[in-house]
Amino acid sequence: MTKTFLKLTAASVALCAGLSAVNAETLRWARAGDSLTLDPHAQNEGPTHTLAHQMYEPLLQRDMEAQIIPALATSWEPTEDPTVWEFKLREGVKFHGGEDFTADDVVFSFKRAMMPTSAMKELLNSIKDVRKVDDYTVHFETDGPNPLLPNNMTNLFIMDSGWATDNGCEAPQDIANGGDNPCVRAVNGTGAFTLESRKQDSETILKQNPNYWGKGEFPLEVTEIIYTPIQEGATRVSALLSGEVDLIQDVPVQDLPIVERTDGLKLNTAAQNRTIFFGMNQGADDLTSDTVDGKNPLADNRVREAMNIALNRDAIKKIVMRDQSAPTGVIMPPFVNGWTEALDAYPEYDVAKARALMEEAGYGDGFGITLNCPNDRYINDEGICQAAVGMLGQIGVKVNLDAKPKAQHFPLIQNKETDFYMLGWGVPTFDSEYIFNFLTHTTTDKLGSWNATGYSNPDLDAKIASLASETDQEVRNATIAEIWDTVKSENLYLPIHNQVLNWGMADKVNFAVQPEDQPHFKFLTFN
Amino acid sequence: MDNQSSNAVEAQSEPNVVSAPSTLQRWAQSDIWYSYKRSPIIIVSSITFTLLIFGAVFSALLSPYTPFDPSSLNLMNGFTKPLSTNEFTGDYFLLGTDDQGRDVFSTILFGLRISLFVGVVAVLFAMSLGVVLGLISGYIGGWIDGVIMRIADIQMTFPSIMVAMLLYGIGKGLIPPDLRDEMAIWVLIISIGLSEWVQFARTVRGATMVEREKEYIQAGRLIGLSRWTIMLRHILPNVTGPILVIATISLALAIIAEATLSFLGVGAPKTEPSLGTLINVGRQYILSGEWWILLFPSLTLLALALSVNLFGDWLRDVLNPKLR
Amino acid sequence: MDSQNHASISTLVKKTYQSGALASDFRLACKMFAFIIRRLGQALLVLMAVGFVSFAMFKFMGDPVENMLGQEATAADRAELEERLGLNDPIVVQYVRYFQRALTGDFGVSYRVGLPVGEVILERLPATLELAFLSGVIAISLGFILGVYTAIRRDGYLANFIMTASLIGVSLPTFLIGVFLIWLFAVKLGWLPSFGRGETRSLFGVDLAILTWNGFKSMILPAVTLGLYQMTLIMRLVRAEMLEVLRTDYIRFAKARGLSQRSVNFGHAMKNTLVPVITVTGLQFGSIVAFAIITESVFQWPGVGLLFINAVSFVDIPVMSAYLLLVAVIFVTVNLIVDMLYYAIDPRLSVRSN
Repeated sequence: MTKTFLKLTAASVALCAGLSAVNAETLRWARAGDSLTLDPHAQNEGPTHTLAHQMYEPLLQRDMEAQIIPALATSWEPTEDPTVWEFKLREGVKFHGGEDFTADDVVFSFKRAMMPTSAMKELLNSIKDVRKVDDYTVHFETDGPNPLLPNNMTNLFIMDSGWATDNGCEAPQDIANGGDNPCVRAVNGTGAFTLESRKQDSETILKQNPNYWGKGEFPLEVTEIIYTPIQEGATRVSALLSGEVDLIQDVPVQDLPIVERTDGLKLNTAAQNRTIFFGMNQGADDLTSDTVDGKNPLADNRVREAMNIALNRDAIKKIVMRDQSAPTGVIMPPFVNGWTEALDAYPEYDVAKARALMEEAGYGDGFGITLNCPNDRYINDEGICQAAVGMLGQIGVKVNLDAKPKAQHFPLIQNKETDFYMLGWGVPTFDSEYIFNFLTHTTTDKLGSWNATGYSNPDLDAKIASLASETDQEVRNATIAEIWDTVKSENLYLPIHNQVLNWGMADKVNFAVQPEDQPHFKFLTFN
Repeated sequence: MDNQSSNAVEAQSEPNVVSAPSTLQRWAQSDIWYSYKRSPIIIVSSITFTLLIFGAVFSALLSPYTPFDPSSLNLMNGFTKPLSTNEFTGDYFLLGTDDQGRDVFSTILFGLRISLFVGVVAVLFAMSLGVVLGLISGYIGGWIDGVIMRIADIQMTFPSIMVAMLLYGIGKGLIPPDLRDEMAIWVLIISIGLSEWVQFARTVRGATMVEREKEYIQAGRLIGLSRWTIMLRHILPNVTGPILVIATISLALAIIAEATLSFLGVGAPKTEPSLGTLINVGRQYILSGEWWILLFPSLTLLALALSVNLFGDWLRDVLNPKLR
Repeated sequence: MDSQNHASISTLVKKTYQSGALASDFRLACKMFAFIIRRLGQALLVLMAVGFVSFAMFKFMGDPVENMLGQEATAADRAELEERLGLNDPIVVQYVRYFQRALTGDFGVSYRVGLPVGEVILERLPATLELAFLSGVIAISLGFILGVYTAIRRDGYLANFIMTASLIGVSLPTFLIGVFLIWLFAVKLGWLPSFGRGETRSLFGVDLAILTWNGFKSMILPAVTLGLYQMTLIMRLVRAEMLEVLRTDYIRFAKARGLSQRSVNFGHAMKNTLVPVITVTGLQFGSIVAFAIITESVFQWPGVGLLFINAVSFVDIPVMSAYLLLVAVIFVTVNLIVDMLYYAIDPRLSVRSN
């Protein structure tokens, strides 16, 4: 009796093991947020792009090492006229619905992404026209030479023009006017996976595309993806620990050791394309939130210097970030064109020297100021701010911390209503110009929209403007270096660190972390 | 009987108070004191409650560190284990430290103070509002009664956390940013208080309607006592028992409601954390091994709410003559 | 206090009905109709008040435009989108416009997910309702059993233990209990899922998790978390009612007649506790829906509560307004039904409220 029972148990265990071996090609994946929409041009946001990348494809994309590789285009280069780029398209590609991929689809998709209701239009604002040359050649005309045009296209997905038109979604939906269209719910891309089912904020199931053009080129070992957003950090990690999911992004830093320690789980790590730093309003004559009347203490570079060396970046790394960050002295991650080790070096933590500088600047007794900080945007954002409050307190800067959700924090920066704030910046183009345009250029209609420091330097602005059309890389890089020298010596910003990305996964999964936090599951392999 | 009961309650929280022998004798011989002596759970919980009050009131004296003075913090003290000395700074921590190097024991004492303050003041607010409206409603009646009871109905339809979230949102908007942290506590108090006045009002109204018809009140009216004198001096003392019971249970509810709100990000601010805020922060560490950051504040909150709840339970049974 | 009246109310009601003539029945119906109309009017006022308060609140919750545009957006883009969304109009104008549309069933399109709000909410509602339902079942059944038990064995050790232990459930915040249950049952023991809804099966076009084993297992932890508070409440209420009823003359008389303890306890006493308990339970349903916000976000349960929390962090105004209106409608409806029941049972109410 007992024996038969044991045998039965053994058999069922074997059966189950066998079953899970068959299912090994299913990947259960969780991260904190869900994609916001299936319309590929309606949101310019990480998780939305990540899901879209599995089903739609851009002309060119970044691979798991963030290098640009061909996707729907096979080659791209400027023509003799430097304002016109020629893209050769991949032939023989079919959409999930069976439609052929041609130049018409590219023209359609780019025009769609440049419409007023598109969220992607800012990345394309240098494009004047998109023209079909033949079925597999497209010309992009820009308003001046734009050496970085391809960098702006890595999240620009191509839809089928016929399908989109038939479904009435020629334009990205107009949320304001109750616009609704089927492209928000359905997908017809060329990507490695097709949409099986989707419940917003709950579960999305993708199946491998049997007709994918990249067969043989990519591993394509995943046949099915079950994607579940899990917002609560502890719940997400619990799901991984209990084996309910195979891969999670956004592992809270405090839970990294337990993921690493747990049998059957591992942790992969990579430096992320995002720098965290503090901005200071140094342009105003007087600050609203400080305790100094008629003067702006932050306008004095000695004060900024003192604050810079009063930040104990190593302690933040060790305690707040649990060693999962790369302290830095410049507001750019290492992959970006223009980065050097000298720029990256951060000043030594030295309270005595900082106090002396404060004394010298006439603020020996310190001053009070409000620090605006997000509490749901970056890794341990509020924790970093709290730590900074303590550190600045040591040199007499009495900081009043105002931590808020991102929806309330970022408008303060954009409307220039903050004196001292935290910001994180990623560089999707992998070039310094992107940083300068948004963070160091004087605020104008088009540029400097995130520069809340009030810093304005016409000389620097001219140099930044020259970058856009400079085709000689060497000259351009020299200018970039000059700009960085100014930014650093003026202590325009107080850099903290570059974020480090961690993905927790089951041992059976082989997957490197992508620096932009964008997994492309066609690259994933199983052990 | 009712004066007696309120004396008894005072006596329990401060057993060493010296009062006039006659009063002392009165309650020593009362049923309540008898019942108190006979239930060990109540003795334990009232002692716990007294200790917690003591800790909260004297938090500034008792706490070994000043956890909310940023310039006194050393980040390197972060995540020190309980009963141990930090390897970098050599500081000793009884219950360990949190992610910012704050002494958990000190943060609990201060958190306890905020939690109790919010709870007690919210209940006092709810009680005064409820008692006054209940008296008016029950004694004067008519359309005033109708209006008050309709408002109470509407209030009842909204669960406390909804009321608190709505009020919190409005309060945040109306208060200038630099005062928000200070005002946040008051917004909490008002929102929790508002969601609990109805119980007081209904009870007082019911009792008032019964008392109003009694002869001694009629007599009082005849000799020309004012409405308010009758309500406050003659009717109110008759309902102190039920009010006390509701107040005790509301106190526990208010403390938990405040903790729950901190999960939704509308609780006490991190610069003035309550026990709920501390628990919400500690929640992140449930899997990571830093159990002390979650456990100790949770146990404190449990001890606080449980002792208040048990006490309220006992009080209700004792004060309800029908159950004896 | 109130409960004391209920036993007498129900007997009174029985008498009234037995002796009542047809004419008085008709008059009662007329009065009832007027009452309902009046309450409906009040309900509408309540809804409009909720709508206005929530609109006033949204102004301070952040800027939706920030979330809707990427970091590359220029000041001009933001201004243009604000204008398109009508966010520059005075609150009153926005509010009136919203209500006009809402009356035609158009609640706008979610800023966050770009789907019509009505559709999103209807898709999520079953998840919340089935969770509320299961937690209600748990709360009522356990609450009744334990309440009756602790009343009958008033001074027993086990009864006292249950009374004390049940207080633990209301002495800790819900979110902490949820996190603890996940840690224990999903991570340490591996018995139950830690998140989500599991498999669902469609019934009359509505996807329900309760119909599959896997889905049911996923529901246990969130339902227990959600129902714990109500269970304690019901248990204490049942116990208190039972204790009071057991002391009434009616029960004493039953005992004196020599009926068995069992039939007195269950046949007579328990029946009399039903009315107040059902009333309170009905009113608690609103609370369950509201507290579902917390439970749903701890367990990633894809219901309207989770939708609301997401909407709050994204400043998704159309979803927030619709959710608050929905909650208000649920509360008002439940209240109305409870009031009507009262009215039907207790004719004296009509005299009082006039």
